[in-house]
Amino acid sequence: MKIHEYQAKNILREYNIPIPRGEVAETAEKAKEITASLKTKVVVKAQIHAGGRGKGGGVKLASTPEEAYAAAKAILGMTLVTHQTGPEGRLVQRILVEQASNISKELYLSLVVDRSRERECVVFMASEAGGMDIEEVARTSPEKIVKVAVHPAVGFSAFQARKLAYGLGLDKTQIAQFTNIAKSLYQLFIDKDASLVEINPLVITDEGNLLAVDTKINLDDDGLFRHPELKDLRDESEENPLEVIAKNTGVNYIKLDGNVGCMVNGAGLAMTTMDLIKLAGGEPANFLDVGGGASADQIEKAFRILTSDPNVKTILVNIFGGILRCDRVATGLIQASRNIDMKLPMVVRLQGTNVDEGRRLLKESGLKFEVADELFEAAQKAVALTK
Amino acid sequence: MAILLDKDTRVVIQGITGNEGSFHTRESVQFGTKVVAGVTPGKGGADLDGIPVYNRVIDAVEKQGANAAGIYVAAAFSPDAILEAVEAGINLIVCMTEGIPVVEMMKVRQALKTSSARLIGCNCPGITTPGAGKIGFMPNFIHKAGNVGVISRSGTLTYEVIWQLTNLGIGQSTSIGIGGDPIAGTNFVDLLALFEKDPATDVIVMIGEIGGTAEEEAAEFIKANVKKPVVSFIAGATAPPGRRMGHAGAIISGGKGTAAEKFEALEAAGVKIERNPAQIGKAVQEILTKK
Repeated sequence: MKIHEYQAKNILREYNIPIPRGEVAETAEKAKEITASLKTKVVVKAQIHAGGRGKGGGVKLASTPEEAYAAAKAILGMTLVTHQTGPEGRLVQRILVEQASNISKELYLSLVVDRSRERECVVFMASEAGGMDIEEVARTSPEKIVKVAVHPAVGFSAFQARKLAYGLGLDKTQIAQFTNIAKSLYQLFIDKDASLVEINPLVITDEGNLLAVDTKINLDDDGLFRHPELKDLRDESEENPLEVIAKNTGVNYIKLDGNVGCMVNGAGLAMTTMDLIKLAGGEPANFLDVGGGASADQIEKAFRILTSDPNVKTILVNIFGGILRCDRVATGLIQASRNIDMKLPMVVRLQGTNVDEGRRLLKESGLKFEVADELFEAAQKAVALTK
Repeated sequence: MAILLDKDTRVVIQGITGNEGSFHTRESVQFGTKVVAGVTPGKGGADLDGIPVYNRVIDAVEKQGANAAGIYVAAAFSPDAILEAVEAGINLIVCMTEGIPVVEMMKVRQALKTSSARLIGCNCPGITTPGAGKIGFMPNFIHKAGNVGVISRSGTLTYEVIWQLTNLGIGQSTSIGIGGDPIAGTNFVDLLALFEKDPATDVIVMIGEIGGTAEEEAAEFIKANVKKPVVSFIAGATAPPGRRMGHAGAIISGGKGTAAEKFEALEAAGVKIERNPAQIGKAVQEILTKK
């Protein structure tokens, strides 16, 4: 799960990691007030779940409360397009107004999950090349990145903090500050079940102090069950509206750009079905895993989501009936199609237990099901129906 | 012969009294699996169709000679269930549970390093050796005993592939779903090594998916160590980057973990790539006819 910069900074504050003074605002008036009370130059930053905000015009400097008001007016309500948002961009509903920092140097610091077999642990990455895209740094000058692997069963050691700090070329007072920041950051990562914590840039100010000027935190979805307070940080307005509906009804759905809607049981088979549509010369409209059970109720929910996507011209249903019998799936499909008065042509491919009975039910239903026996044949039929 | 699970496997089901646990225990018994005990803390003394239920895994080991465990326990309690099985001296632990926090799996993996126990999963459909038994929830009817080893990160896609083989009259030595989580107890490499040594296995089918580097690691291993033919498909060539495709581990992050990279690595290792997943069975058939 992604969260906003201001939410991530609230978590940093909780762990005593130094951040610029500031506050979140939803109106230009509030931005003006915050600036007046800070009594400094400020940065007004759009709060969206995507990077590259500065280049897209979502970050502005302001010297006075009036300038902050004007900057906020310009940013709030804009559709911000960055390299991470896609061409449709994101509507800016909130801004972070905070003290502008004087910067003598920018560093990079992050913690990520390393799932590779030789590691299977948490890895710190630090670099003197702060403020840049770390993937770019890793590609062009990997020697500029210092890495330290920390195993959660062992914990973070002081020498590891020193290794990072010396690697960054910090002076004595900064090393002390850095060690505290790194320790807190690791603790935060473990405590909150994060999957990524990034401070970029971690700034050395003109006074020689360290300050987390921008930060990003991603949370492990599988850890949220033990952090109810973090669940509340989810911002549904940042997600695709259909994906929000799907998630809230327990259907695993991701919207794509094609026109063949698909409904499948199981994530691996759902991805495979998308690949087959492409292989048959079409474009999948979505990923949809209706779940191992694929009950009539779940099928109906899935159909409602698929038919809400205006791009979808045809629907491909691919169910492998294991413990779940195909005749039950067929009954569910028929019931759901009638309930929502399905207008779109549909190709149904059932396989597994009681498949003949399932196919017979579909054929005799009088509904517009085209039944396919084989996997690839099903994809070809569905693609043909879009043309 | 087969790998990991055979006729001497005596299974204890952790979470046997739950809905999933009891349902799949009964299915396993029908398949011929020796389920010798169940464990649900607090329900010791009860039974499921005559299968004794204990409070602790160690009781199932000492009283019923259990040497393998199947885990159907909620995500919050699964790491504990795995560690209990390890401590009780169980050799083969299969955990079906989805949704375990990745940090917990790091700790579990660390604990496993100091034991001889093997964990399969989590978030997996389990392991099946036709003719001997199964742990997990692969449907009973899809299997047929034979000489093809199947390894996969998926569930229903695995059934699909096994069913393709069975319909062509091709049987399986052992089929294993290693699970869709970012950190798995057992990886492709571990199982490739076992299948390579298994005299009952002649061909290996490996079904990967986007995310992580398990397939690339497998490719390297195959190149150096596997003489038996390997047929492979990678799911997710059309998956968008940065999105978690159902499985926690199925995500392309920072441009890494794409299907294209994995296909390429496997192809370079001499693996027979099948880009059309409907043709995996036929690809295996071709290899077997040539032999």
